[in-house]
Amino acid sequence: MSKHKDIEAYRKQLRECVKCGTCRAHCPVFKQVQSEAVVARGKISLAEALMNDEIELDRRLISDISQCLACGRCVRKCPNQVPTDEIILALRRRIGREKGLTLFGRGVSTVLQRPWLMNLLTRLGRMFSWLVFRKVPQNSGLRLRFPSPYISRDRTIPEIAPRAFRQSHPEFIAGDEDKPLVTFFTGCMINHMLPEIGDGVLAALQSLGMNILIPKDQGCCGLPALCAGDGKGAACLADRNLEALTAHKADFIVTACASCHSGLTKHFRDLGPDHAALADKVMDIHEFLVDQGFDEKLLQLPRQENPQPVGYHVPCHLREPGLKEAPRKLLSALPSIRLVDMKHAGACCGLGGTFSVYHYDISKKLGALKAEGIRDSEAEIVATACPGCIMQLQDTINHAGMSQQVCHVLELVAADLKNTDLGQANRTDAKLR
Amino acid sequence: MLEKRIINILRDIVGKEYVSTEKTDRICYSYDATQQQFYPDVIVRPADAEQISLILKMANAENIPVYPRGAGSGFTGGSVPTQGGIALVLTRLDRILRIDQDNLIAEVEPGVITASLQKAVEEVGLFYPPDPASLKFSTIGGNVAECAGGPRCVKYGVTKDYVLGMQVVTPQGDVIRTGGETMKGVVGYDLTKLMVGSEGTLGVITKIVLKLLPKPEAKKTMLVMFDSIDGAARTVSNIIRGKIIPTTLEFMDATALECVRQNADLDIPESARAVLIIEVDGDRELLERQAARILEIAAPLGVVHTSIAASDEESEQLWQVRRSVSPSLRKVNPDKYNEDICVPRSKLPDMIRAIEAISNNLGIPIVNFGHAGDGNIHVNIMVDRSIDGHEEKAEIAIREIFAKTLELGGTMSGEHGVGTSKAPYIPMELDSATVVYMKAIKRALDPKNILNPGKIFLEDL
Repeated sequence: MSKHKDIEAYRKQLRECVKCGTCRAHCPVFKQVQSEAVVARGKISLAEALMNDEIELDRRLISDISQCLACGRCVRKCPNQVPTDEIILALRRRIGREKGLTLFGRGVSTVLQRPWLMNLLTRLGRMFSWLVFRKVPQNSGLRLRFPSPYISRDRTIPEIAPRAFRQSHPEFIAGDEDKPLVTFFTGCMINHMLPEIGDGVLAALQSLGMNILIPKDQGCCGLPALCAGDGKGAACLADRNLEALTAHKADFIVTACASCHSGLTKHFRDLGPDHAALADKVMDIHEFLVDQGFDEKLLQLPRQENPQPVGYHVPCHLREPGLKEAPRKLLSALPSIRLVDMKHAGACCGLGGTFSVYHYDISKKLGALKAEGIRDSEAEIVATACPGCIMQLQDTINHAGMSQQVCHVLELVAADLKNTDLGQANRTDAKLR
Repeated sequence: MLEKRIINILRDIVGKEYVSTEKTDRICYSYDATQQQFYPDVIVRPADAEQISLILKMANAENIPVYPRGAGSGFTGGSVPTQGGIALVLTRLDRILRIDQDNLIAEVEPGVITASLQKAVEEVGLFYPPDPASLKFSTIGGNVAECAGGPRCVKYGVTKDYVLGMQVVTPQGDVIRTGGETMKGVVGYDLTKLMVGSEGTLGVITKIVLKLLPKPEAKKTMLVMFDSIDGAARTVSNIIRGKIIPTTLEFMDATALECVRQNADLDIPESARAVLIIEVDGDRELLERQAARILEIAAPLGVVHTSIAASDEESEQLWQVRRSVSPSLRKVNPDKYNEDICVPRSKLPDMIRAIEAISNNLGIPIVNFGHAGDGNIHVNIMVDRSIDGHEEKAEIAIREIFAKTLELGGTMSGEHGVGTSKAPYIPMELDSATVVYMKAIKRALDPKNILNPGKIFLEDL
């Protein structure tokens, strides 16, 4: 089985941190907590101290290491490009190995590694959700009725989908014979909670005549397990996805979840040449569509009167040049909306995977900053490119008592494709082959 | 290790959650950008001058060293707790108290990030010029304590030129005011100037009144490539002699160019051996004339290529060439000694030639870049500590560079301060009578030597 690097393998990179302090200007958590142990150079110092046996893996150190959103800002802004994100994940793997996973981490890993269990749980969850959750107004999510460990009671989460996305679609959807084969990696949230995003992806791909493959054997991208410190579980998932995604020779592999994209393209490269080759092939759906000239096609649709003001939230995992502009390009090309500026559009939503479970208070503070930006903008809809951000932003908006709806860029794309020639182009002859 | 009793007193003063003796915190508040590490015994994060006063009184009574600290991003060890004791973290004092548009002043607490202050004053059309490279994360308190500079200082001067007054907690815990809010003021000694650049050894700054300027209407950025470092250096001298003071006059030598050649957006021809980045600011119509005059001065001195930014974006692109030098230095050698000497502007060509000779004689690369306009050169002696003899050679290079700097009438630090890094070389620059005078001041104000001990002066007071 594949295996990630041990923290010991990062000694050289650790030394490349010159403690200049640049990370202090960019870490969203540090801005809230103001403790040096939270910021990248602090964590690097702690990693060094741990490896030199100057400090033990005690509760405080474990808590410090958990205070990271894995947003990658410190790495991008670091003058020496020290890979603090990888170093933190390596530290968490060591913690997982030596101290065991937290109850929540164990839960996450167990469920995400077993698709049958996930399917069962989501079915049961939906069946009994009226018992456990109550609906919050405006159809913007569910709230827990009873106190529960790890999930704060006032937190809103999306409803579970009646039917998982992958269960309600065939594995292969034929397009034009001369068009490429595109493999769609759905990720867990689109599959179980927000299948309408997946529908949007299909609508866009079909309008381009693409042949679409949605491998049944694909699983979780592995990022949640990796962030929880379960190196073994994460590697296991990566191996399974490698098999599922490369079984057919697809021309492209696309994701519609920024976190899955970061998981697949970045965090499993080191597992071997096959993993690296897979990572090179994965594209974000927005980037793919723009590459295919889809934004040009959207621009040809007849413009609508009184377009709705939409703001775009930049997911942390789609901030690289190339990835960053694509969703905006698509939004700007849509006939029914008007892309408006939003303050703090590039600030982190505060989810950070398991971060928001362990540090919901900080997560909410980061959310409050977002809410301020959304409130002060004209936006009636906040579009983004990551299901995780959607969940967190909707929670934030609900907490602030505001009315904006959050959705995925592809949902807006699909809505505008409806009843147009472009949208109908291939839908009618979509069939199982 | 401090007694439990002391920790309890500190907790009573600032509140339990703002005192930590946890090992993780002691590690994380042990360093600055010099990368030397000394663990403090306790980290204390006070909220105001009153709490700081109580802490210093207690520290005096109990003989505990106190190390004031902002962002911990200094280059000379100014905030490093070399003798343990209390790391006094001042980042909770982070309010901009007021921006007075009638009098063009701002009153701030020391923990305000310099870039935040600049953003706030620029929103109302005002301008705080000092721009150290660390401005996005360093604190104004740290900038004042070290008298930070930056590229714009050629025209606008350094931090000390903008501090009108401050509130200071003395080493013995009294709260005093220095200077005031007026543009003039000569009552008593100029304690403000004494405090600026005192590296946290004479008092803890708790409030700062800063002078502001109207924000310049526009700026123009130019990047000029030369076929020799001498041509670039002479251009700098000639611009100054021509009675033009640009906003910035940054230079990079051939080794620095080599570091950025691959990554730069800009095409850097092989014949380019030095670069000047020149920026002028002010009224729009004046800029064109000033820029033309500068290019005219440079023209006969071996110009290979000139780029003039037509937009903010292009200006940013030109600056990116300069900013990418520091991070890419590791391509030359893994370890660096970073000095920031400053010579009279007319002596810049001599100094550059001398450094080149020192580098050649010792056979170790020295990369030069920096603020040529005010004679402030960032000298980066690049070595590989794992190679025998490199460390010794670096030490020789530093001494020879300092000696030449002083011979030319310069100083061994333009903006980084002395701290611990440059303390051993103090006798090269200051004669013993001057050192005695300085130490007398420190001794009088801090008889027990509890405030930032071990800095500036190596031997006991």
